[in-house]
Amino acid sequence: MVDELATGGRRPLARLLTRIESGDPTVRELLPQLFAAGKGAHVVGITGPPGSGKSTLVSALIGEWRKRGRRVGILAVDPSSPYTRGAILGDRIRMMDHAADPDVFMRSMASRGELGGLAATTWIAAAALDTAGYDPVLIETVGAGQSEVEVARVAETTVVVEAPEMGDEVQAIKAGLLEVADVIAVNKGDRPGADRAARQLRAMLSTAGGRIERKPPPVLVTTAVTGEGVPALADAIDAHRQTAREPLAARDRAAHQVRRALADLAGRRAVADPSWEATVDAVARRELDPLTAAERLMDPR
Amino acid sequence: MTDDTPIRVLIAKPGLDGHDRGAKVLARGLRDEGFEVIYTGLRQTPEMIADAAEQEDVDVVGLSILSGAHMALLPRTVQLLRERGMSDVLVAAGGIIPDADIATLKEAGIAEIFGPGTSIGQIARYFRENVRRS
Repeated sequence: MVDELATGGRRPLARLLTRIESGDPTVRELLPQLFAAGKGAHVVGITGPPGSGKSTLVSALIGEWRKRGRRVGILAVDPSSPYTRGAILGDRIRMMDHAADPDVFMRSMASRGELGGLAATTWIAAAALDTAGYDPVLIETVGAGQSEVEVARVAETTVVVEAPEMGDEVQAIKAGLLEVADVIAVNKGDRPGADRAARQLRAMLSTAGGRIERKPPPVLVTTAVTGEGVPALADAIDAHRQTAREPLAARDRAAHQVRRALADLAGRRAVADPSWEATVDAVARRELDPLTAAERLMDPR
Repeated sequence: MTDDTPIRVLIAKPGLDGHDRGAKVLARGLRDEGFEVIYTGLRQTPEMIADAAEQEDVDVVGLSILSGAHMALLPRTVQLLRERGMSDVLVAAGGIIPDADIATLKEAGIAEIFGPGTSIGQIARYFRENVRRS
């Protein structure tokens, strides 16, 4: 299976991604082999609010990387309805420039119940694209809620795309942006206010330097529809690869991934435990507090 | 794969027909029915549709066509899907397709044709009952 991936078969990769998404238990067995066969692709998260032109910018970036001879894999994650569990996966429609390119592989994924905006299995899907020889592997997600934070924990380099019409909202920009963005792109650079928004962001990010122990991220202006600024953006993303792989940064990401895997595992085991129903009933009747309930489920002796 | 896994549907408009309101209404309706829907938009060739279906590993492909070119484009799309090893994918069509052409299209591998006036609920039910998943 892993060999099929490495030889570039699109169908085996697509089938594997389906099994990854659905939590198929055979994927668990494959995981060590999948990781061992990884080729070290640069995993780049790209997030931004609706209206920022993120998907168009991603498409332009893909074009630029293709010119540089890179094979690009994309996971485009969109939110599932919490009520119906359905989803409109609307990113592919913006990638039509690359529809016929055999060296671009795009997969749309629904978040499937995860509140952070990323599917729980996104990181495994990224590993599969890496093993299949795509580099960079892009993870595109809508910038709502804390999705920047979530994607920053999975990706090595996080790119945040903003629209120029931020005005006074620049001051109210979410804390998550300052802490997790490795590269910021102010898109729709042909609009008035784009350069000013970029300057304001640079000013904000430099004053935060005392509190956050790192160099502020570069802020670039791009116009995705014309391609202006896109090569420089690709350069900035590529340049960040080294920084992302420095020991402290790599360790931070690894710690988060392990904590997350632990939480998922503990959760699943708890739900499968014979005492689950009775424990939940006790909490519902207020006979037991949730923390004690959790401790009992973790240690059911 | 469990039965809990949402069904993935690709909705595409093959050919040069530029009217996509129906396809978009269907996409949103299917989302409300619990499907994961990838809408690839206008002016798709059968090759583009098959390529997208392959990468997205969809369970269903829905082809919306109002231009009259269905006899040329729909069987070709089915053929390309089969060539990619996707014979299990449920392929359905909707839009403006004369009754006289339905039998031929079904022989070519289009499982069902939904004319104007079909409810989203009917389509959703059909997909759920007929999808083939390993």
